[in-house]
Amino acid sequence: MSGLFGVPWPALMGQLMLGLVNGSFYAILSLGLAVIFGMLNIINFAHGALYMMGAFLAWMGLRYWGIGYGWALLLVPVLVGIVGIVIERAFLQWLYRLDHLYGLLLTFGLALIIEGLFRHQYGVSGLPYEIPAPLTGAFNLGFMFLPRYRAWVIAVSLSVCLGTWIVIEKTRLGAYLRAATENPRLTAAFGINVPLLVTLAYGFGVGLAGLAGVLAAPVFQVNPLMGSNLIIVVFAVVVIGGMGSILGSIVTGIGLGVIEGLSKVFYPEASATVVFVVMALVLMLRPAGLFGREQ
Amino acid sequence: MRSNLFTAALAAALSLAAGTSAAQISDNVVKIGVLTDMSGVYSDLAGAGAVDAVNMAVEDFIRREKPKFAIEVVSADHQNKGDIASNKAREWFDRDKVDVITDLVTTSTALAVMKIAKEKNRLVMVSGAGSTRITNEDCNDVTVHWTYDTYATANGTAKAVVKQGGKSWFFLTADYAFGLSLEKDATDVVLANGGKVLGSVRHPFPGTDFSSFLLTAQASGADVIGLANAGADTINSIKQAAEFGITPKQTLAGLLMFVSDVHSLGLKATQGMYLTESFYWDMNDETRAWSKRFFERQKKMPTMDDAGLYSAVTHYLRAVKATGSDDTQKVMAAMKKTPINDFFAKKGFIRDDGRMVHDVYLMQVKKPEESKYAWDYYWVRQTIPGDEAFQPLSRSRCPLIKQ
Repeated sequence: MSGLFGVPWPALMGQLMLGLVNGSFYAILSLGLAVIFGMLNIINFAHGALYMMGAFLAWMGLRYWGIGYGWALLLVPVLVGIVGIVIERAFLQWLYRLDHLYGLLLTFGLALIIEGLFRHQYGVSGLPYEIPAPLTGAFNLGFMFLPRYRAWVIAVSLSVCLGTWIVIEKTRLGAYLRAATENPRLTAAFGINVPLLVTLAYGFGVGLAGLAGVLAAPVFQVNPLMGSNLIIVVFAVVVIGGMGSILGSIVTGIGLGVIEGLSKVFYPEASATVVFVVMALVLMLRPAGLFGREQ
Repeated sequence: MRSNLFTAALAAALSLAAGTSAAQISDNVVKIGVLTDMSGVYSDLAGAGAVDAVNMAVEDFIRREKPKFAIEVVSADHQNKGDIASNKAREWFDRDKVDVITDLVTTSTALAVMKIAKEKNRLVMVSGAGSTRITNEDCNDVTVHWTYDTYATANGTAKAVVKQGGKSWFFLTADYAFGLSLEKDATDVVLANGGKVLGSVRHPFPGTDFSSFLLTAQASGADVIGLANAGADTINSIKQAAEFGITPKQTLAGLLMFVSDVHSLGLKATQGMYLTESFYWDMNDETRAWSKRFFERQKKMPTMDDAGLYSAVTHYLRAVKATGSDDTQKVMAAMKKTPINDFFAKKGFIRDDGRMVHDVYLMQVKKPEESKYAWDYYWVRQTIPGDEAFQPLSRSRCPLIKQ
């Protein structure tokens, strides 16, 4: 049989496809982190908790108010974004002049509190969220059976990532944002409201986490611990891509998903570790990350 | 801080003094420590419900048997970590004069606490943990393993599924001691009943995305995919198996599942699955009566862990009353002498390796349309008698058993 190292091609292609799906989740989460770190210099440890909150809001919408998946996809990121804005105004804005560590500790504490509240209310076994009817079923790709919903996840997250990249790199708003990151005082001197930009950037970043949560709800059980399971890997992705690099976070997110997928074929036991091995290697060879700039 | 030190010293002095008065109930207080998972992945099947089941047992015992001694319950979170469990156990035994520690939801915590109890000569009644090591390699004479073990749950389910025609198996195994032991127990049963095992894949613990592993299992073409994992891992495996069209073409067999898992997944995802439990709330009038009382307090139906705890603590308290002592060896002897007859177990008894032997039940999860009321989840398909359900003593690896 033809294949690579004894693994037949169809199986390999299948695993690559799944890697791409997981990579899309990593990309959308690490993108949010990169935007936040780039603009606010905050290492947002609450990201996982807000992702979990996104999944829960989708579930609550359906359960209590009959709001379906489609509306959840639009409304939940906005709601989570608003929560983010409140967090930024109430807590984070006081920390910008301090060391990174303070922001990290504050957001870590917030993450624990948010998770604790959901765990207290809903327990840890998680809650089921059905795959929306139009997206059930699967495509037969010949080499694998790709559930429609997973294909949808790839499509949504790639377009969101691409859209974000275009907004930040190619539009006037993006130019303001980048200028505010580079030199906030000079940018303010040109009459641009820098604090507003910063607040919106944080809201947008955590809104992306909320969106990822809605996307994840039908795939994984909606569970208070779902964020903390994922967040460490996502941080590794951001570090590998280069802290604050938009393109880096997207490319490494998808790339690492694929690498992880491949390790599940060849040596499944290592699949939880492979991302961190890559991180260690990258930090040794390029301490600023693959796409980061040394300062 | 200083007053803490003072109380600690005082408590130590008191416990020394208490240690000398044998054959009596020390201080006339029996103290039960519930060490469980209050916040982690197993807190739904144990946690606050487990503590409350113990409270119920104590309240009922006081009401019915009017003991002359006082009973206190303390509880703590072992966070599923062996070191935290052993620290707490030491503190409870040395400082707080706890007589018996119960629940212990993961194998690591159970083994750690058993070792300390042996050293301090106090009792352990394991309910939540499932490894057969508790009554084999690591057995001791101060431990009773009450509710279930992986041998019983894997045995019951695997045998039933092979008999239904599920001859070829593939295992999805959590890559740690518990998962491997579950896989091994089930493999033995499958082979013994004329089935074959095509292979297995080990997933990291805990995992979130199982699709790659499921795809491997699907490609194996096995009739049955055995889930040698627990809790959230099992839940996500089942959910994603449906997504990839694995079920209903291939059958899933959960080798350790609790009613809380089925509740969380819903019947649509779990219908038709076989699983083995030692308790289900809706089996007879007795189980229903107790479970409804539990439901009033906890707003959820009890798991087998909750019911087992009630049964274990009641049996312990009766032994204390009968002997008039909280001396470990005396109470243990009395517990082993007395059969267990309550809503949880009929004609149950404690073997010398510490295993409480009782019937277990093969369940099949109902279809959504078959479920008539809340928590109506299982058909009880078969009662597996205790001596068939648990590993026979002839195969015991426990040093206390003379072969």
